[in-house]
Amino acid sequence: MNPRGAKLWAIQRITAAFLGLAVMVHLLTIMLAVRGGLSAAEILGRTRGAELWFGFYVLFALCAGLHGAIGLRNIAGEWLGLRGRGLDALWLGIGLVTAGFGMRAAWGLYHG
Amino acid sequence: MADLKIRIWRGDETGGAMADFSVPARENQTILDVVTQIQREQAPDLAYRFACRVGMCGSCAMEVNGRARWTCRTHVKRVAGPGEVVEIRPLANLPVIRDLATDMAPFFDKWAKAQGSFQPKDAPDGSVPAEFSVVPPNSKQRMEADAGIECIGCGVCYASCDIVAWNPDYLGPAAMNRAWTLVNDVRDGANPQRLDAVSGDAGCHSCHSTQSCTERCPKNLDPSSAIAGLKRKLFWDSLLGRR
Repeated sequence: MNPRGAKLWAIQRITAAFLGLAVMVHLLTIMLAVRGGLSAAEILGRTRGAELWFGFYVLFALCAGLHGAIGLRNIAGEWLGLRGRGLDALWLGIGLVTAGFGMRAAWGLYHG
Repeated sequence: MADLKIRIWRGDETGGAMADFSVPARENQTILDVVTQIQREQAPDLAYRFACRVGMCGSCAMEVNGRARWTCRTHVKRVAGPGEVVEIRPLANLPVIRDLATDMAPFFDKWAKAQGSFQPKDAPDGSVPAEFSVVPPNSKQRMEADAGIECIGCGVCYASCDIVAWNPDYLGPAAMNRAWTLVNDVRDGANPQRLDAVSGDAGCHSCHSTQSCTERCPKNLDPSSAIAGLKRKLFWDSLLGRR
């Protein structure tokens, strides 16, 4: 039994379910927004102070970071035989750092 | 009729190599017939395993042209055209005893690890329960259990599973298929322990659902769906850390 593995599996499915929708929203927004051209100033004009977009992208970054890191953990375990509690902590750390970069970018768009 | 070209893996746990044989072709001929012909007429020390010869016992499973099969139910014509070589190896993912005979102990040990034995709910001491459970044949749980109950433990799914190859601790399709039949058995009282045993990296959560087990099961069972059933059953408990 490995309860950690079970929990990470469940987290990966939940984040996948959210990312499935979020990636669509993300891509469609880009495609709709840039039709006819868009400058950095115009983007900032729309995102600055927009709580909804900020919240959306914070959640997006958190899910992407965790989802990716859990996937890499599984690949490392299955293909390279790298398993264990210490490595799990390392993957979680990598996931959260990745999420942190995304959140920082979201904060920049909201606040910058 | 021309002779069949047969290549058989010969060796033991320390290693081995392919050996070439030539066997008279017949109109109706299974891979098991071919192996038996070789052992009786050409290589008396060739080790292999069989019992019933009619697809009931599941002991003659081997890898034929890269695919695990029951050799007694596989006609030569089905796996090789005229002039093509037939390559026969022991089942993958299991220790080899000698030649085509594998040690099935790890496979059955995992059935035990997955709590694959029935534990009566009403009689923990093993005595006959005072009252029999009524299990309607068309109840959902009974149908789920029925879908997987015909497994005879041949090991074809286990030898076909990539996850077993990647993680030697992984319980494998047959053990979890068995666990799923018991999870759906309303008379069984050991499900909390059983669900613990089949969760995590060595259990159902490592399954990629690539379905080689389902594709290759000679009984046409669907262990992949059984494993998916275990994942569904465990989902909220797993997420909330309740097990």
